[in-house]
Amino acid sequence: MATDILMPALSPTMEEGKLAKWLKKEGDAVKSGDVLAEIETDKATMEVEAIDEGILAKILVEEGAEGVKVNTPIAIIAAEGEDVAAAASGGGKPKANGAAAEPPAPTPDMQAEGQAAQSAPTAKTADDTPNAPAAPAVITTKARAEVMEDYPAGTEMVTTSVREALRDAMAEEMRKDDDVFVIGEEVAEYQGAYKITQGLLQEFGARRVVDTPITEHGFAGIAVGAAYTGLKPIVEFMTFNFAMQAIDHIINSAAKTLYMSGGQLGCPIVFRGPNGAAARVGAQHSHDYSAWYSNVPGLKVVAPYTAADAKGLLKAAIRDPNPVIFLENEILYGQTFPVPKLDDFVVPIGKAKVHRTGKDVTIVSFSIGMTYALKAAQALAEQGIEAEVIDLRTLRPMDTATVVESVKKTGRCVTVEEGFPQSGIGAEIVARLMVDAFDYLDAPVLRVTGKDVPMPYAANLEKLALPNVAEVVEAAKAVCYR
Amino acid sequence: MDAANEAGHATAEAAKAMRESDPGHAPAPNTPQFTKDEDLHAYHEMLLIRRFEEKAGQLYGMGLIGGFCHLYIGQEAVVIGMQMASVEGDQVITGYRDHGHMLACGMDPKGVMAELTGRRGGYSRGKGGSMHMFSREKQFFGGHGIVGAQVSLGTGLGFADAYRKNGQVSMTYMGDGAANQGQVYESFNMAQLWKLPVVYVIENNRYAMGTSVARASAQTDFSKRGISFGIPGEQVDGMDVRTVREAAARAIAHARSGEGPYILEMQTYRYRGHSMSDPAKYRSKDEVSKMRDEHDPIEMVRKRLIEAHGVPEAELKATDAKVREVVNESAEFATHDPEPDPSELWTDILLEARA
Repeated sequence: MATDILMPALSPTMEEGKLAKWLKKEGDAVKSGDVLAEIETDKATMEVEAIDEGILAKILVEEGAEGVKVNTPIAIIAAEGEDVAAAASGGGKPKANGAAAEPPAPTPDMQAEGQAAQSAPTAKTADDTPNAPAAPAVITTKARAEVMEDYPAGTEMVTTSVREALRDAMAEEMRKDDDVFVIGEEVAEYQGAYKITQGLLQEFGARRVVDTPITEHGFAGIAVGAAYTGLKPIVEFMTFNFAMQAIDHIINSAAKTLYMSGGQLGCPIVFRGPNGAAARVGAQHSHDYSAWYSNVPGLKVVAPYTAADAKGLLKAAIRDPNPVIFLENEILYGQTFPVPKLDDFVVPIGKAKVHRTGKDVTIVSFSIGMTYALKAAQALAEQGIEAEVIDLRTLRPMDTATVVESVKKTGRCVTVEEGFPQSGIGAEIVARLMVDAFDYLDAPVLRVTGKDVPMPYAANLEKLALPNVAEVVEAAKAVCYR
Repeated sequence: MDAANEAGHATAEAAKAMRESDPGHAPAPNTPQFTKDEDLHAYHEMLLIRRFEEKAGQLYGMGLIGGFCHLYIGQEAVVIGMQMASVEGDQVITGYRDHGHMLACGMDPKGVMAELTGRRGGYSRGKGGSMHMFSREKQFFGGHGIVGAQVSLGTGLGFADAYRKNGQVSMTYMGDGAANQGQVYESFNMAQLWKLPVVYVIENNRYAMGTSVARASAQTDFSKRGISFGIPGEQVDGMDVRTVREAAARAIAHARSGEGPYILEMQTYRYRGHSMSDPAKYRSKDEVSKMRDEHDPIEMVRKRLIEAHGVPEAELKATDAKVREVVNESAEFATHDPEPDPSELWTDILLEARA
């Protein structure tokens, strides 16, 4: 029986990759363990090994092909004794009950229930939704008049992934200021566990791109100590889950020292890394700490969604004389957005952005929560509800004014986040609106959040634990009494 | 006395016996000598700490100092000997028993005492308190209340020195209690891996709060705590300012030369309780008085100044009076300086970002 070789996922969040090279050709005999091909993502290059014995009957995806979706059949192996020609012509179609066990879908489900998962999101405007990485870059240089941009109208835009934007921000700041350095696990020789620091070692050397042992508590303290002397460390946590080991230094040593020293001793440091759920990595690797850090005076907390904001805000964070928690999202790393081509593009910390204008309901979110918010806005528009979507971008200091301004217009508000409901970012927004927009509210503010459970592993349960577009749509309709 | 305390005594005695039987601890045959001026300097500096701390204890008793207040009385020779071997620009960082370190760094006693009383003229403008004072000018980096945290931070000071190649050394102090924190070993590992200029000074005063070294530590020889990382260490008589300075000079030279960190276990003793509220029932009065009578770091210098250097007692009394005056002035200032303006509640939380 012929077996399809499927495009494998190299990581829980990989959606597609490049088939770099075939190491076997059609007609070759293969046995278990033989390297069939090399595939590449923006993060890594890996080898595809054969699992079964047989003859490589047909290559379905030529080498050099880019944007090959995970689980796409890339070759057919004919079993021993099988008619190779027949196998070659018969395979390559998704099987209802295929011999090759279908690996669990690695793509995080950000689609609305019932929406076609395979269709790439089509952006109404360039910054509306992330471009699918393989999609031709649709770049609109003209910003919609009502949406305030952080760059001059007419600025040339370059399609950039969040991953590249973060790297560019660090590299630009490191070129300008010798006091800036990157420290963390696998940031140098490995080029970053998520390839955010790719190329930095080559450009800046080991003095300024520092690989540490696996020792979060220790290296966070070392970085804070270095920051006391005026150096400007960028501490990469492989994920913010591991920063739990170091949270004492983040809170007690970094956030409080300026105050405790009567203003003498600042701590110019950035703690960055992926935060929140990735895909199928279980409870200990999926925690969203947005609300935790946003609770602490002495910290600034940033959680960007687009690549442009990731770049502009990271540059601002590196220049900021205070400790900044920079919360990234693993699922957003590979997504591309237009980024203004400017020599020095900086987005100020502390300013929310009206990402989409609307008159009927305000949806407030940040980071990956924006993907639900924007898709929901699109779905709502089809039902005649115009949602205004606000990307907080910075969680502390929180730009309440922009939210209040919008709610004064719409009278209704829904918050969206992946974090837990109790004492969350949404809860904070609700509290502020009670004080600052009470008279303008026509309905109670609703929160769409991650569920109040540790993140489960099983694909179906994980999907249930995270918010989804349908929940946002439902909440928005509820506050509109529709 | 309850059983637990009795057990504490027994083990403390055992630890002491072990320490005293340790040949490494026996007075070295050729104890380093100080010149008269060096002894006079050490005497003055140590006495300032002693009198300052006594005054702080007094003000605490009067309710003028609040919260936690950890006195350095008995341990003065450690920080003074270390400072005598360091040079300007070297950094100092320590835990919560920090008043002595600040004075040794040359910080103004008035500013330190006013911080203890929570007044606007304090080093942290009244917002830090006993455990949280800093001076960029004097290269004193705190004053840290989380036991062991200063060890990673101090290693970071050394990291910055190496990064800048400025030839400075970070003096990172910790107690015998902090020496059992995990991050200490994370720091040791990286300091040696990267050859950072850090001298780790473990002030072993025998008690981590109420827990004796023997009850808390599987390896009671703290100088060996860096062995698995290849960090050299030595045990030092921390009651004798001369042996402290000599060992400090060795350690600092090692660190400054780029060979990496060095560990000094300073065997010392605190006369007072862990903090002001500690009745110190975990040790006997005899143990304390024996140490005070036979090993007091200040008395040893005083005796030497009179007997070996021929300094007239009147001269030392003049020094005593001068020190008392400085301390009284600091107390006077700290009790009359106003509290911070209420508006200070909202300042120093964040620095303005530069445009």
